[in-house]
Amino acid sequence: MKNNLIVSVSPHLHKGESVRMIMWMVVLSLVPAGAAGVFFFGIDALWLMALGVLSAVATEAVLQKAAGRKISILDGSAVITGLLLAFNLPPKAPFWIPIVGSVFAVAIGKQIFGGLGQNIFNPALVGRVFLMASWPKYMTAFTRPMSYDAVTSATPLAMLKGGGYLAHTSYLDLFLGKRGGCIGEVSAAALLVGALFLLMRGYIFWQIPVIYVLTVGVFTCIFGPQGYFSGDWLFHILSGGLILGAFFMATDYVTSPLTRKGQVLFGVGCGVLTSVIRLWGGYPEGVSYAILMMNAATPIIDRYTKNKVYGSLKLKVKS
Amino acid sequence: MRKYISEFLKGIIRENPTFVLALGLCPTLAVSVTVSNGIGMGIAATAVLLGSNVIIALIKDMIPDKIRIPCYIVVIATFVTITELLMKAYSPALNRALGIYVPLIVVNCIVLGRAEAYACKNSVVNSFFDGLGMGVGFTLALILISAIREFFGSGKILGLTLIKGFEPAFVMAMPPGALLVIGLLLGFFNVIKGRKA
Repeated sequence: MKNNLIVSVSPHLHKGESVRMIMWMVVLSLVPAGAAGVFFFGIDALWLMALGVLSAVATEAVLQKAAGRKISILDGSAVITGLLLAFNLPPKAPFWIPIVGSVFAVAIGKQIFGGLGQNIFNPALVGRVFLMASWPKYMTAFTRPMSYDAVTSATPLAMLKGGGYLAHTSYLDLFLGKRGGCIGEVSAAALLVGALFLLMRGYIFWQIPVIYVLTVGVFTCIFGPQGYFSGDWLFHILSGGLILGAFFMATDYVTSPLTRKGQVLFGVGCGVLTSVIRLWGGYPEGVSYAILMMNAATPIIDRYTKNKVYGSLKLKVKS
Repeated sequence: MRKYISEFLKGIIRENPTFVLALGLCPTLAVSVTVSNGIGMGIAATAVLLGSNVIIALIKDMIPDKIRIPCYIVVIATFVTITELLMKAYSPALNRALGIYVPLIVVNCIVLGRAEAYACKNSVVNSFFDGLGMGVGFTLALILISAIREFFGSGKILGLTLIKGFEPAFVMAMPPGALLVIGLLLGFFNVIKGRKA
């Protein structure tokens, strides 16, 4: 939506799209992944999502009222924040975790900066990282899917970090989502259905997610456990929150670069950081930290990847 | 007398070193994990500030302009050493908790800032009240920040548990919590100031 400002002669046609419509389309595209989460982890997952969305919307309304801004809870952006935050929670998290996370995400991650379009960091990820640093014991207590009596189980990536290697999880299980993990991240298939919808409608561009996923694949393949080029790249791509992060969080309009060149750079940066954290870092998963770090680099990327103005000789960077 | 009172009071609200001048943020970030640390740091800094302000105001005419900063540092370091030795003797636990941040008061920008901006231009008595006000303002700011951080970070105030069953957010006891609290409080005080003006 960013590059639709094409100067042309009249008559002009409006595409009939608005921020509000795009946001609701993104919500729609997240439905399959949410449904998969409920299918694998039971009705608890649905409650967590509902709480996350409700508290995000309520926080947005209260803060906009308090700041004297126009109340824009119907534009769907707070719904996305709450939903994505809930997607990042373990299915058996206590009920107050999504509430606290959503309030923090919307208040500190978004409204403090001035609301939609002003935030530096992806609000949902801000909320997740806050929860992760505050209550790690709830944020890392994962349960096995399809078993409704809360059997704890490590995520595939945590098993990998712990030394075990793909003990029970086949690629098919990873792809469909039958594995331990957060509510919304487990089913790559469901996420890809939503992502494909967004790509086909032109709401997100392929550069960031595809380059991001490819970079992780190449990087984890090269630096494998048994010497160079022995890595299990498919495992790394399908596990953790990579698909969710790459297609739905790294592509956030506000916090990612505007130009295609910049988006490629952004994707590579996210991919390298994610792989480095996964392979050598303290955490088993690094998608959220990688995206947040690249969010911080977005203004710089935007500054140095301005499109060349047609007819101008030399691109000058204004400081 | 009224003049002295106003010199004293300006350090608490109008020119609060932490929230208005934004000085001395390094020790503020580091030691505001618990209220007792905050109070200890505040008292230590106040003692140094009082001593250095008075001495510098006394000797301001003897110091050559070109080497005034080294002279200030010598005076300040003397008082910091006195404070640190006293703290080691009478409150070793606090000294251990504050660690490197006690010797680092030497380069605390509140102390140096008041010496450079105030004590070297004003009378001894004025400088005394300025130092006292700044010290109390710094202490109050530390208490406010550390109370918020201790409550949310460990569910306690001064080591006493307030609410049973409250799950503390570890992040508030870590550096990001300090930056968050200071940032929000700075914003809060700016809003209040903006409303008054």
